[in-house]
Amino acid sequence: MPVFDLSTTPLRELNSALHGLSAGANDTAFEVINPRGSHAVAVGIDAPVTVDIKGSVGYYCAGMNDGGNVTVHGSAGPGVAENMMSGSVVIEGDASQYAGATGRGGLLVIKGNAASRCGISMKGIDIVVHGNIGHMSAFMGQSGHLVVLGDAGDALGDSLYEAKLFVRGSVKSLGADCIEKEMRPEHIEKLSELLDMAGVRDVKPQEFKRYGSARKLYNFNIDNADAY
Amino acid sequence: MSYHNPPTPPRKSATFDDQTLAEIRRAAATGIYDIRGGGTKRKVPHFDDLLFLGASISRYPLEGYREKCDTSVVLGSRFAKKPITLKTPITIAGMSFGALSGNAKEALGRGATLAGTSTTTGDGGMTDEERGHSQTLVYQYLPSRYGMNPKDLRRADAIEVVVGQGAKPGGGGMLLGQKISDRVANMRNLPKGIDQRSACRHPDWTGPDDLEIKIMELREITDWEKPIYVKVGGARPYYDTALAVKAGADVVVLDGMQGGTAATQDVFIENVGMPTLACIRPAVQALQDLGMHRKVQLIISGGIRSGADVAKALALGADAVAIGTAALVAIGDNDPRWEDEYQKLGTTAGAYDDWHEGKDPAGITTQDPELAARLDPIVAGRRLANYLKVMTLEAQTIARACGKNHLHHLEPEDLCALTMEAAAMAQIPLAGTSWYPGKGGF
Repeated sequence: MPVFDLSTTPLRELNSALHGLSAGANDTAFEVINPRGSHAVAVGIDAPVTVDIKGSVGYYCAGMNDGGNVTVHGSAGPGVAENMMSGSVVIEGDASQYAGATGRGGLLVIKGNAASRCGISMKGIDIVVHGNIGHMSAFMGQSGHLVVLGDAGDALGDSLYEAKLFVRGSVKSLGADCIEKEMRPEHIEKLSELLDMAGVRDVKPQEFKRYGSARKLYNFNIDNADAY
Repeated sequence: MSYHNPPTPPRKSATFDDQTLAEIRRAAATGIYDIRGGGTKRKVPHFDDLLFLGASISRYPLEGYREKCDTSVVLGSRFAKKPITLKTPITIAGMSFGALSGNAKEALGRGATLAGTSTTTGDGGMTDEERGHSQTLVYQYLPSRYGMNPKDLRRADAIEVVVGQGAKPGGGGMLLGQKISDRVANMRNLPKGIDQRSACRHPDWTGPDDLEIKIMELREITDWEKPIYVKVGGARPYYDTALAVKAGADVVVLDGMQGGTAATQDVFIENVGMPTLACIRPAVQALQDLGMHRKVQLIISGGIRSGADVAKALALGADAVAIGTAALVAIGDNDPRWEDEYQKLGTTAGAYDDWHEGKDPAGITTQDPELAARLDPIVAGRRLANYLKVMTLEAQTIARACGKNHLHHLEPEDLCALTMEAAAMAQIPLAGTSWYPGKGGF
């Protein structure tokens, strides 16, 4: 197993090794030790590798991940798994702002809490947060799912498009054009699947409420100007 | 004897002129602000207000058609492993597939490639047509991240982090539903037919310290190969340039208020931002203060129309320029051949700016298949290449007359200003004097 000690090895070597994997390579399990809050750790992965990061990371860890399975055994700074295409990213601790921003696919699991703007502008990613999320989460969310086992902060789902939000706890306030919606059987089924994928046990999908777009702001209408 | 008072002719207000009155009536009737494409239409100090001095006893000229005048430019030499080399310093600015038809994007790629320069994607991502037909393609990294994916990032030749644009510094965008075809909707992960808002700021970074980390991430993802540009609107050019350099940019793109947009409120276009002429010297000064002039390249855009404009921008310190509106005109935008149809839309050739409505008779700013088919990308590409070559020749002509064997050797001392405003903004002496406003000694 390739081990990269970021206290002695430049970040460039880690990312270069991840990008340099050829098809059929055997050494696809990477371990990163002493990340010490480094930014851009394991970014741009485009192969089915596993990366275990033993510690906390800075900005944009696993950014644009496409097929990798990255686990952070610590907390993550802003923009973790931003624009993820596929694969999975698991944060054992907490995540800072913009977790999963603009993600287009894959699964992001945050076992602690996520700060503000979690899932901002999400475009297909699935995000499961075991704890709470901060304000303005899923702002302008286009598609994908955001599952929150705890509480959500202010302005959840502001200016939402077609992303689906499931919150088990309280929601401090909903953003413009975001409303609570009926939990239909297909939503229960999808939520069960997401909880299972995220390793969540002993929590029933029926405990969640669903939020989505009222679709009243989809086409500009001057009579809606007060909503902004 | 009767005393005759001759009647005075009706007098209209300079403040409430016909255009203003019409806009008040339009606003009262519709309850919505006016949205349009393009850049500012107001008259602002511009390159027309500068002249070249030419050679004289103290400076000798180069022979036209005989003595070499180099036009090449290298972009991205600061950090990128693979900087870009262009034959001409006139590049094609970012314009999106969505705002423009697929044929129009292909034409821009073909024209730029024939002329040996680069073209640029826009909001909405990279299409195969433009990648395939563009020898050198700059990939815009925008706040909306529509269509953004790492594979396109890697197949680009450079990456342009868009912070703002001259038509609307501080503003986002809106692609109205009528232009959201199946293909556009699919590329942007949104339902067909809805208005698509383009965010005004990036979702995962704020401020110059974050930008530095964002640029580092983009470099790591692309293995430090690609030049990274940072594009800003003409708002605070000295500080924006300095901060972009500090954040690690290879190239700064600075767009003045004459730069076009696909669709924005008229009040925004006309009242926010600075003229291109006023942006250049502060940006160059920032580069010089940091010891980075010619090391971090400066691309100027917004109202570039001719080789004279190119030469003036370069003389003021730019390394290259970008054209958007002029490129669209070259491939057929606002062409009088469609006058009958412009009339039906309530406008006239040369004034058509409702690009957001998708009804462009020239088939450029539309997603309507029948209209888009009017533009032959091969013919249009050839026209663009011709135009780029003419501009390059014009710039060379002026440079030779100033005794320069490379366009980059043009300098402020080659210029004089026609107006006090231009003299002040460009820090170029008023013609016949050695003084400009702000310069001491008077």
